Amino acid sequence: MTVLRRIGLALAAPVLALVFSLVVTALVLLASHTSPIDDMRQMLDYASQPRTQALILNSATTYYIAAVAVAIGFRMNLFNIGVDGQYRLAAMLAASLGGWLTLSPILHIGLVLAAAVAVGALWAAVAAFLKVTRGVSEVISTIMLNYIATGIIGYLLAPGRLAVAVTGSNNIGTRPIPPSGQVPGIGLVPGSPLKVYGLIVLAVVVGVGYWFLLSRTRFGFDLRATGANESAAVASGVNVRRTIVVSMVLSGGVAGLIGMPVLLGSSYGYALNFPTGLGFTGIAIALLGRNHPVGIAFGALLWGFLDNSVTILQLGGVAKEIVFITEGVIVLSVVVAYEIVRRYRVRAEQQAVGSQLGRTTATPAAAEGATA
Amino acid sequence: MSATSTAAPAPATGPGSAPPRRGLDRRGLLLLAAGIVVVASLVRVLSGANDLTSSGSVGAALGLAVPIGMAGLGGLWSERAGVVNIGLEGMMILGSFGAGWMGWQHGPWAGVLAGVVLGALGGLLHAIATVTFGVDHIVSGVAITLLATGATQFLASVVFTGTPGGGKTQSPTIDAPGTVSVPGVGSVLKGVEEHHWFLVSDVAGIVRGLTTGISLVTVLALLLVALSGWVLWRTPFGLRLRSCGEEPYAAETLGVNVYLYKYIAVTISGGLAGLGGAFLAVVSATIYREGQTGGRGFIGLAAMIFGNWRPGGLLSGAALFGYTDALQLRNADAVHALLLLLAVGLAALAVLQVIRGRRVTAAVALVCGGAALVLFLTTDHLPGQVTFMTPYLTTLLVLSLASQRLRMPRADGQAYRKGGGH
Repeated sequence: MTVLRRIGLALAAPVLALVFSLVVTALVLLASHTSPIDDMRQMLDYASQPRTQALILNSATTYYIAAVAVAIGFRMNLFNIGVDGQYRLAAMLAASLGGWLTLSPILHIGLVLAAAVAVGALWAAVAAFLKVTRGVSEVISTIMLNYIATGIIGYLLAPGRLAVAVTGSNNIGTRPIPPSGQVPGIGLVPGSPLKVYGLIVLAVVVGVGYWFLLSRTRFGFDLRATGANESAAVASGVNVRRTIVVSMVLSGGVAGLIGMPVLLGSSYGYALNFPTGLGFTGIAIALLGRNHPVGIAFGALLWGFLDNSVTILQLGGVAKEIVFITEGVIVLSVVVAYEIVRRYRVRAEQQAVGSQLGRTTATPAAAEGATA
Repeated sequence: MSATSTAAPAPATGPGSAPPRRGLDRRGLLLLAAGIVVVASLVRVLSGANDLTSSGSVGAALGLAVPIGMAGLGGLWSERAGVVNIGLEGMMILGSFGAGWMGWQHGPWAGVLAGVVLGALGGLLHAIATVTFGVDHIVSGVAITLLATGATQFLASVVFTGTPGGGKTQSPTIDAPGTVSVPGVGSVLKGVEEHHWFLVSDVAGIVRGLTTGISLVTVLALLLVALSGWVLWRTPFGLRLRSCGEEPYAAETLGVNVYLYKYIAVTISGGLAGLGGAFLAVVSATIYREGQTGGRGFIGLAAMIFGNWRPGGLLSGAALFGYTDALQLRNADAVHALLLLLAVGLAALAVLQVIRGRRVTAAVALVCGGAALVLFLTTDHLPGQVTFMTPYLTTLLVLSLASQRLRMPRADGQAYRKGGGH
């Protein structure tokens, strides 16, 4: 199969899914009596403004880290739904630590990040421990741990414990992080008054680290082998239990970082209005990007674009929830499209092998080797 | 879903030798239930938390157990046919929206019907993705939950804006469906219950909670559990359906249309989850509210796993979560007393494990039980955010204690392609 054809096939699924979800969205918009063409033109116009682009990059930074956290688990068939609880608990505890400290900037930021990673990893380790010792499905245990995290945050985020009143509102949050712990923004988009989170660098580092770990280390190989075929991995000497624990802890550690761009870049504290549900967004984007570091980046940008379009759609009188329908349809249709393309590719490969075998005079043994 | 991946295969037994039974038989179960009531009664007398076995708590527990039980029953249908359905939460959300949408205009039963239909549509979507297209079951389920959340939020903002008492995130109120009571029981038991006698009042409270003011939808739900058990285990249809979950390729060789059975099972599964969602809107809240399901679809799935993929076990799982949820909603002091109950229960478990020679498990149970006891003795009451966690903590605790003895359908969660067996 030629390189061009391979790339074409790899892109076919997301493009198919995107077109399909645009059609569904357009139908819903038509049904609610607005013009889909106008709405989409408005969304694109809005996205071409520099300020919006900075906003999209900011959202995408957070989404990217979230999706990588989910993808680490996905690569070995571990389903870490608990990313949501892991990042919220990590952000809350790291924020309160950051609020109490006064240190030199590098040390301050480093400590907050380390605390977030540690909390996220520990919370994920609970699920990993239950899975390897008690055989509890990580899907169920991480969902329960999400709710338990909500309870713990609710308990700790109260006046007299870790929270103080946020000045100028009836909101409560952790003590604000002093300037030494704040990460300055970067003027990445020319002409935009708004700066991009400095921790976009962190997202890049996480992405590169993820790529390196999976494709350039022995552990990454073990992890992918376990995900692809567990019994084959066991037969070749992979310690599956250890791989489960390490990948779950890694996933949780990365999950701990999800809240950091917002925490250290704009909110400087964990209040009741801290973004929630990012773990589930991460699942969607990891599926969309096929767990690939570059694919995830595109998915994160798309999601950033869709979420920020809400502002302009609402001005046009369209219910902002339309975006959630688009996102949901994209996720469902992308997984279906990947499956269709995979089947097509398998058939195409078999045909290619078959026609080649027809041309050369091959022994039956060689034929078997080629199709296996 | 690897609960059984480490379990050893069952030893082959000849036709003459009796198969080794690990579970409890009917008498054992009754004894266990009686034991739990006695211990609960003891704890109630010791701690003075009368809500532990009051008819109010039991009635509330029943109401809270129904949505969880319906989600679990949905999971049972689907997983018995070999399709993991983690989209139950999404189908419940669809059900609660459907109930709100139709319920406030055309009465509660129209709402229930709409909830079932919308949930079944969600199930059908799951079947198309997993059975026809062979998508990973968990991925499809999560995607359906995301889609259902988005779709209902959008539709609610379109349908309910400007309605009397409704708004973007909630429907107008729905008329409550009727209730039934067993005649002549309530007033007698009420008198007995108010004396707070040891054991007698507890039994009276439990019976009264289960026989007075029961919603007709609850009755319908209980009948559905019994009906599902009968259909799945006592009819040829059920046998074929379960064979699709155990050994689809063998079923295929016997002429079973595996695709069709899976489609039927997953669609019914969605309908049942939709009924659970509709129950939340029509009976529990008499209103559709965004985020109303609160993860009950997932808890239902956990209840089913806890119940070892059986209707009876599923019922007890749902009852357990319903009960802990009822306690935390009604009375934080009762949750505090629950700590003592937990300590006693874990101590009993530790003794049982020592008899069976499992020292490590016994030690873990003993340490946890001790911690619960210390917490009970050193605190007066638990803050609301902590009691909020009760059902979720219970789920985790119960699953980690029970998980290794469970056996899921053998081909559960695996992709099936017609003619793909070797």
